[in-house]
Amino acid sequence: MSSSRHRSVLPGFGLSLGFTLVYLSLIVLVPLAAAFIEIAGLTWAEFTAAVSDPRVVASYKLSFGASLAAAAVNAVFGLVVAWVLVRYPFPGRRVIDALVDLPFALPTAVAGIALTAIYSKNGWVGQWLEPHGMQVAFTRVGVFVALTFIGLPFVVRTLQPVIEELEPELEEASATLGANRLQTLARVVLPPLLPALTTGFAMAFARALGEYGSVVFISGNMPMKTEITPLLIITKLEQYDYAGATAIAVVMLIVSFVLLLLINLLQRRARRIA
Amino acid sequence: MSITATAITKTFGRTKALDAVDLHVPDGKLVALLGPSGSGKTTLLRILAGLDFADRGSGRVEFHGEDVTDTPAGRRGVGFVFQHYALFRHMTVAENIAFGLTVLPRKDRPSKAEIAVRVDELLRLIQLPDVGGRYPSQLSGGQRQRVALARALAVQPKVLLLDEPFGALDAQVRKELRGWLRRFHDEIGLTTVFVTHDQEEALELADEVVVMNHAKVKQVGTPQEVYDQPASPFVIEFLGNVNRFTPARNPLPGTGDNALYVRPHDVDIRREPAGEHSIHARVAHIFSAGSSGRVTLVRADNHDTIDAEVSRARLRELDLKVGDEAWIVFRHIRLFPAGSYTERDVVPDDAHAATTDSGHGI
Repeated sequence: MSSSRHRSVLPGFGLSLGFTLVYLSLIVLVPLAAAFIEIAGLTWAEFTAAVSDPRVVASYKLSFGASLAAAAVNAVFGLVVAWVLVRYPFPGRRVIDALVDLPFALPTAVAGIALTAIYSKNGWVGQWLEPHGMQVAFTRVGVFVALTFIGLPFVVRTLQPVIEELEPELEEASATLGANRLQTLARVVLPPLLPALTTGFAMAFARALGEYGSVVFISGNMPMKTEITPLLIITKLEQYDYAGATAIAVVMLIVSFVLLLLINLLQRRARRIA
Repeated sequence: MSITATAITKTFGRTKALDAVDLHVPDGKLVALLGPSGSGKTTLLRILAGLDFADRGSGRVEFHGEDVTDTPAGRRGVGFVFQHYALFRHMTVAENIAFGLTVLPRKDRPSKAEIAVRVDELLRLIQLPDVGGRYPSQLSGGQRQRVALARALAVQPKVLLLDEPFGALDAQVRKELRGWLRRFHDEIGLTTVFVTHDQEEALELADEVVVMNHAKVKQVGTPQEVYDQPASPFVIEFLGNVNRFTPARNPLPGTGDNALYVRPHDVDIRREPAGEHSIHARVAHIFSAGSSGRVTLVRADNHDTIDAEVSRARLRELDLKVGDEAWIVFRHIRLFPAGSYTERDVVPDDAHAATTDSGHGI
């Protein structure tokens, strides 16, 4: 009765909801369901053996660990970059702003090759790190570097519009009320940014988990050491072990989904506070 | 606490926002900084607050004789209220008000219970006792501005500074809040400076008005002083409506090489010629829906328009229609030759009729 009175400006809620569900099903759910159907061909023992092989477990640790670390680093430095780009006018700001999108646009293999070149022993950066005993290319650190590179735009682009809305008067109000800079940052500036920051973090994390192209070049792909999970999936596919590849993929899928769901819940809470 | 600012100059890039400005705000007074946008009034207020600083080597700000020129905002003991409230959106109203107390160093910080009591007091003071648990987005503009005021007062400032505090509010709320601020000031007696571009607001609210234009202070005085004895053509034009005549189009003989200014309420309308000073004109427009009647007339000789404001009783008595012939008499004029200023009363042949119905004089 009363619901029919609430007319929205745009008609066709039923139609658009139906379309959304069909579209999501075709694009996302059907391929995912295919993965689950594929592993149905495995017995439970075969499945657990495939997903708990020590080499695979080592790759989970690297993939999730390096992705989380890269997303965390991006959250901090992406915030700084976004802040500077919004708040401070400086010559060349437009260029820097455009540069942020580069990791989006670059074919990931190109990024991988470039990163490997500069971080290898005689590369631009690598030659300075080498004497201090720091090796980046062909180590786990290299994986982390590549994942940080590709994740940066997600944090910067989600934060920018929110920072633009944050009036500088808020900081001035805080200052006139006697707050020092740290208090202003922690209590006035960061809380309203938190929802966007967690979104950016989640997106950078998700992107890092799925990244393949740039990592395989810089990691060196040493078993038990620098193999990421997507690489193992490809390896298994190349050996025509479709069920084994899918089994690992399903584990990754479930863990990613749970992590993203958790982040989403956290974010909802942050938004409620903000 | 009195405020004294001396020789404040502030430049932004190549534009001078303030040019060697002096300002004195006596203890406990309510002072308006009035001027058009770009006159430097907000910059001056921000320098008093410590949110901006005068150009290096220029000027000095003193609070009660104590030099605070280089003291940052947080340690000046000022309460600052922003035009767009600047409330913290992620905090409740109570948390907003308590903010200044909760950021005090631990040894000076009141206990939670004491803070709650203080917040309650302030909420009652701003006549919003029940909104402590709400978020700023759930309040109206007028309520938000009062909360911003309570937040500024929570730290017991020695000086209250308001930057266009009513600028973002609609006319009705603006009027209400204006009256409320005046009463509030009379009760608390806190030295208060507010910035406005609305001359009516400044004249109605302030003990003293500082008129600014082009980075300089043009005149300082009580509302009556600046309205009755404007020091320059700018001040007379900025403080309310005025008819202005250049020397070439001056309707009165014997005023020489001066520009002539007449307030609309100093213009009287006659149906008959009234001596050599009366100006022949035709009624172009009558606006009678207000507390007084406003009539626009067009001079017969050169078609200049002249605005008149007469009481409604007088308007009825005149019984004017658009297109009617009329004669205009000025009761009071001001002349401004370049650089100086003179004033005189015009005494028409029958001055009595002119003064009896000037029921809305200043």
